[in-house]
Amino acid sequence: MTALLTRKLEAYRYADIDALASVWSALAPPERIAIAAQQKLQQVWLPSDEAVQVRRAEIAIAQSGGAHLFVLNTASEYGRVELDITLADDAEFTMFGANIGGGSANLEIVTTVRHVGLRGRSRQSVRSVLGGKAVGTYLGKVEVARGAQQTDAEQSVKAMLLDRGAMANCKPELEIFADDVKCAHGASVGELDADQMFYAMSRGLDPASARALLLEGFIMGLWDDAPDGEAIRTAARNALRAIA
Amino acid sequence: MLRIENLHATVAGKAILNGVSLHVPAGEVHAIMGPNGSGKSTLAYVLAGRPGYAVSEGSATFTSTRHPGLEPGPALLEDGGEETRVPGQARDDEQSADLLALEPHERAAAGLFLGFQYPVEIPGVSMLQFLRESLNSQRRARGEAELSGAEFIRRAKAQAAALGMDSEMLKRPVNVGFSGGEKKRAEMVQMGIMNPRLAILDETDSGLDIDALKSVGAGINRIMRAPDKSVLLITHYQRLLDYVQPDRVHVLSRGRIVRSGGAELAHELEREGYAEAAA
Repeated sequence: MTALLTRKLEAYRYADIDALASVWSALAPPERIAIAAQQKLQQVWLPSDEAVQVRRAEIAIAQSGGAHLFVLNTASEYGRVELDITLADDAEFTMFGANIGGGSANLEIVTTVRHVGLRGRSRQSVRSVLGGKAVGTYLGKVEVARGAQQTDAEQSVKAMLLDRGAMANCKPELEIFADDVKCAHGASVGELDADQMFYAMSRGLDPASARALLLEGFIMGLWDDAPDGEAIRTAARNALRAIA
Repeated sequence: MLRIENLHATVAGKAILNGVSLHVPAGEVHAIMGPNGSGKSTLAYVLAGRPGYAVSEGSATFTSTRHPGLEPGPALLEDGGEETRVPGQARDDEQSADLLALEPHERAAAGLFLGFQYPVEIPGVSMLQFLRESLNSQRRARGEAELSGAEFIRRAKAQAAALGMDSEMLKRPVNVGFSGGEKKRAEMVQMGIMNPRLAILDETDSGLDIDALKSVGAGINRIMRAPDKSVLLITHYQRLLDYVQPDRVHVLSRGRIVRSGGAELAHELEREGYAEAAA
């Protein structure tokens, strides 16, 4: 099966194929979640301790339903989060995700969001903090079907590179077959702000603590609305401390 | 407290300070005035250690009197605060530091505070978390015990109240969404919490309306007027000096101090302008 997986496939172009192969036989098929009309789902995805972690879900959201995911993707070797989302009329999907890694970690969040109904809303925010030679990727495809009018889709991707060898790939992708839609996307890759660093140090923070605090600020806003947000915030803080 | 000798500094290869010499004894407030581009902010940044500001010649020595285990202080508050000083012991432990050899955070731990002309915004980090971590980082560096969360919040709220700032603002991200005046007030709240030995205030009066100017001026006096503290007040205008009486006034022009005098010099500058007074 893994023989068929190559980096020539768009969804795997930055993947760690060897790492994927090592877990492939034990890999569960994508979790299938059906959200009934008017129903809401909220999930927090925390990482495990495994060196290679792959988590996949296919979520179908019926009319006026909603799915809200909060995802922390961090693994020492390879972490892959794969989402395939379908939205019916008036459905809503939000995903707030972070890739945090150092060393030679390869972390990716790969999403396909299919707007098939009227007035669907989707919002995806991904923040990556990458140190060492880590690679962080967001591949986000938004498909707006013929007739899915008044779709409102938004993608925001930002990455912070801590070291020269770190790399971020951001690829928002739109495929639109309706003419009355709003699809926004933005991406940026940067380093810590020198003015903020000096300000923090002038208040007494040593460089490592100042860096950790600024990175925390960059990430933590993602989980303002997460249920039991302290768990994911603590896990993110620990992941940041490990690389800052 | 602060002794600057023949300080030369460049920014991006351009000479900005051309031999500044200045002595600010403990217990005094000195004002630095001067036209735009004279090097006032550069002096503040060089003393605080901002990267990119290169010292090519001269020295800056910071002498703080600190008794081991004693807070610098006091930032007097209505509720008395928890800070006490033991009279007569303040001179027990005089430490001189070559300021320019220290990293910015080491200068802060030694007791220096820079009030920014343009306070920096840090989204995602609350004012409370920022200041608590900063203060505790200073305290660790000085070998003092860290403040507990409750103790810190009490101190922060008392300082906010004393400066007329709504303490809810302390929960907001650092300086984000603050007006120009609120940022300057927040700098003074930070100063009250840090309780430094030496404050360098870079145009703290700019962007303040008259009421804010009064409360900021009162804040500077309350926090920094003490026999073991000093202030270097950088300003364009006389008006802040109506509320914070300087012991000395210096005129900086083209990177050098060209005139020094008592508080009356500020009035003369206000009347006659820098061109005349600095000639």
